[in-house]
Amino acid sequence: MLTPEQAILASMVVPSAGAILISLAGRTPNLREAITLVTAALLLAVVLTLLPLVMAGGRPSLVLFSLLPGLDIAFQVEPLGMLFALIASGLWIVNSLYSIGYMRGNNEANQTRFFVCFAVALAATMGIAFSGNLLTLFIFYEVLTLSTYPLVTHHGTDKARDGGRVYLGLLLSTSTVLLLPALVFIWFIAGSTDFTVGGILADKLKPGELALLLGLCVFGIGKAALMPFHRWLPAAMVAPTPVSALLHAVAVVKAGVFSVVKVMVYVFGVDTLATAGATNWLVAVAGFTIVAASVVALSADNLKRRLAYSTISQLSYVTMAAALLAPLSLVGAVMHIAAHAVGKITLFFAAGAIYTAAHKTEVSQLDGIGRRMPWTMGAFAIAALSMIGLPPAAGFISKWYMVSGAMASQHWLAVTVIVLSTLLNAGYFLPIIYRAFFVTPPADAHDHPHGEAPLLMVIALTATATATVMLFFFPDVPLTLARQMLNP
Amino acid sequence: MNLATHLPALQVVVPLIAAPLTVLLRRRSVAFGLALVASWLTLAISLLLWWQVASTGTISYAIGSWPAPWGIEYRVDRLNSFLLVLVSGIAALVLPFSHSSIESEVPAQQHYLFYTMFVLCLAGLLGIAITGDAFNIFVFLEVSSLSAYVLIALGRDRRALFAAYQYLLMGSIGATFLVIGIGLLYLMTGTLNLADMGHRLASVQGTRPVLAALAFITVGVSLKLALFPLHQWLPNAYTFAPSAVSAFLAATATKVAVYVLLRFYFTVFGESAVFAKLPMQQMMLLLALAGMFAASTIAIFQTDLKRLFAYSSVAQIGYIILGLSFNSASGLTASIVHLFNHGVTKGAIFMLLGCVALGVGGTTLARVQGLGKRMPLVSFGIVVGGLSLMGVPGTAGFISKWYLLLAALEQGQWWLVFMIVVSSLLAAVYVWRFVEVAYFRAPRGDTANVVATPWLMSLPTAVLVIATVYFGLDTSFTIGTASDAAAALLGGQR
Repeated sequence: MLTPEQAILASMVVPSAGAILISLAGRTPNLREAITLVTAALLLAVVLTLLPLVMAGGRPSLVLFSLLPGLDIAFQVEPLGMLFALIASGLWIVNSLYSIGYMRGNNEANQTRFFVCFAVALAATMGIAFSGNLLTLFIFYEVLTLSTYPLVTHHGTDKARDGGRVYLGLLLSTSTVLLLPALVFIWFIAGSTDFTVGGILADKLKPGELALLLGLCVFGIGKAALMPFHRWLPAAMVAPTPVSALLHAVAVVKAGVFSVVKVMVYVFGVDTLATAGATNWLVAVAGFTIVAASVVALSADNLKRRLAYSTISQLSYVTMAAALLAPLSLVGAVMHIAAHAVGKITLFFAAGAIYTAAHKTEVSQLDGIGRRMPWTMGAFAIAALSMIGLPPAAGFISKWYMVSGAMASQHWLAVTVIVLSTLLNAGYFLPIIYRAFFVTPPADAHDHPHGEAPLLMVIALTATATATVMLFFFPDVPLTLARQMLNP
Repeated sequence: MNLATHLPALQVVVPLIAAPLTVLLRRRSVAFGLALVASWLTLAISLLLWWQVASTGTISYAIGSWPAPWGIEYRVDRLNSFLLVLVSGIAALVLPFSHSSIESEVPAQQHYLFYTMFVLCLAGLLGIAITGDAFNIFVFLEVSSLSAYVLIALGRDRRALFAAYQYLLMGSIGATFLVIGIGLLYLMTGTLNLADMGHRLASVQGTRPVLAALAFITVGVSLKLALFPLHQWLPNAYTFAPSAVSAFLAATATKVAVYVLLRFYFTVFGESAVFAKLPMQQMMLLLALAGMFAASTIAIFQTDLKRLFAYSSVAQIGYIILGLSFNSASGLTASIVHLFNHGVTKGAIFMLLGCVALGVGGTTLARVQGLGKRMPLVSFGIVVGGLSLMGVPGTAGFISKWYLLLAALEQGQWWLVFMIVVSSLLAAVYVWRFVEVAYFRAPRGDTANVVATPWLMSLPTAVLVIATVYFGLDTSFTIGTASDAAAALLGGQR
């Protein structure tokens, strides 16, 4: 059996070793795909060994080595990181099944490079989830950016190259120009970058300086897609859909909001931020992002573009809820990390399934498609309910907590934003479902008869849609972890 | 005779003796063998010296047993032991690399001359680093420069001759200014020994000849280290020289010149004199920033990879001088560690470009289209080197950047912090020019038959690429030595 320290190390070693093995097995696709699945299953097993310990209050940690005098590469498992690691590793298996179906169904090239980069990206995600200090998080954050670049630009076309430029340009610019100086400054004034309960910046900065530093951090974490640094997300939609599904619905964007919450809770400290009132501006900015992104989603005809802007909006739910600093909204924020992950991955799975089976990419083309692809559109409908925040989908729970927290702290702007965006969400999701099931498709000469998507893809999206509903009925694990984060 | 006590002398004597021997033993393979043995012995000596200094402190060695300050003294402390390891390490790796590399770049009958000039240049650079005598610095500077001019002129492109001539002109001006400065110092202090000079200057500080000496030395050395705007010789020299020469010079020549500047500023003049009397701090800051931004921007628009990375070197030297301008422990540590980190990174990149030149017959962006498919490992190596230039964590460049940012933050200069990070984004732009051409374009038809890289080239290259990552993770050697050296320099240790 693995000791907790070994498990932490294994969570990064297993996907890295998997990456090497995948690259060696490039010539034999079936073996290569089997390695991916085995690696993903092994990773989930490793992560699960840590769960009971963390739920019981344990916080295993590991110091790998000293990078610079006083600056270690260190890991520590705490509730938030545990949840993130669970989501990412759990969904990797499902996404791998989906990827295999998608890549083969679309006869994609460079599949070995694809699966290798995926494994490396997951290793980096684990490093972010289990990071014990801001330096370690920064290092793996950069590795994640670089390892996902080949995935985003997978098709190698000029469009892919241009999308990659925006992706890398925005993410590297924000992390290099904003987050890195913030990191060095935190080291300079606090003498440490360790994630500590209660934060490490108490009594070190004036309120104005605290707000500025928070700004550097939050905007520096470009993966949280806070406006105006959100353009990389729609630009990254040039990637194959499995990439969009896991990375941009789950791993990359979740790494972003995870880092934002982690920095706010464990570097700044909720109390420090509250007394300084340093997050008021963030509530406004996040609120603006929520509404603005939803408005853009309304007018987007390309399905992946609509989903991308929906993601931007949903991510800012987490940021805004965290910025409210109310206990209930913080629980909602953490819960939403889980709820949005399973919901969004389902939506992207469905988009990819529609593309693979019917070669359709625009919302306007989806009339009547529910008849031909009932499983796909059924899953889409459930996930859409989660986005809107309706039962019996998990999104209802997180939204409930977020609204409760906003009302408890009497932040009426936040409440308005949540209500308004719920309506907007309904506005851009419900018509798709309605038209898919209740509108007959026009008699189109180009409409080739097609059925459901390949079986592997259908299995994957059914699994995640089921998870969305299951999380509604059994939300104990994320809720417990969220509460533990608030009351250590 | 106890060999250990004579290590400092042997450090220079071994390559120096190898030079005339290789000329006399004209046969290529023998010349190569001799040069190789000499360079590896030199590396062993430098490692022993480093270890000795780390454990017992500064070593003072009197040449010919003539005591300082009348005789020439070789003085090895933390700073130059670090540099000796860098220079000899790079030479030990580039020499086997060059054996295969110059097959296609230098006419066969000149190969023995190549090895002669190589060990002579090595001797010169090591001599500059190890000597404690001011005029001796000038002598070895001339030795290394003259041999460098010849090495550059051996390039197969006709413009190599012009590049060598341009370097000769500017280098001679630089050396002349340096010797004028040294002459003025000798007039004012009556000694040529660096440490002694430092003691004696205390009584004549602030006098016009001393300030003039400072100015002459600064300008002279700045020409040699290619500080913007005195960098004009560098792009041509690195582009048209044979690949092995570019790799060696890019990794060592400018670093040794920075060392000369550090030695004169801190050991001879003393930091208070330098930074208080003349606006050195502001001037170096401005020139460093100008170099960082101008050179990076120019690099973005280059079409030849060697030229692109040559301008990148000018920008990176700007970082080193920027660290120097802070006049603080963090700033100096950043400078000294970046001497090493950049040396390793640029050495790796130019060696990789040598593999590219051999493989596809050139290093222009047009030629390297689709290099990701044609030479996947080499392309990946260039990406790793590029990431180090960008300062991505996990590579050596990140360590230097960390200390530079820390130095700026310690002085509360937030605008400088943002200038530093924005300039590293410029590095990302020119590195990504290569990435996009290599991975997004289809390979050219006429590069279908890639010349396989011989193991004599690929092995040293791989070592340096791995070192680029290694020194980004294990900083005990680099930061340990650099911070000690910085503290010693600032502490006025003589």
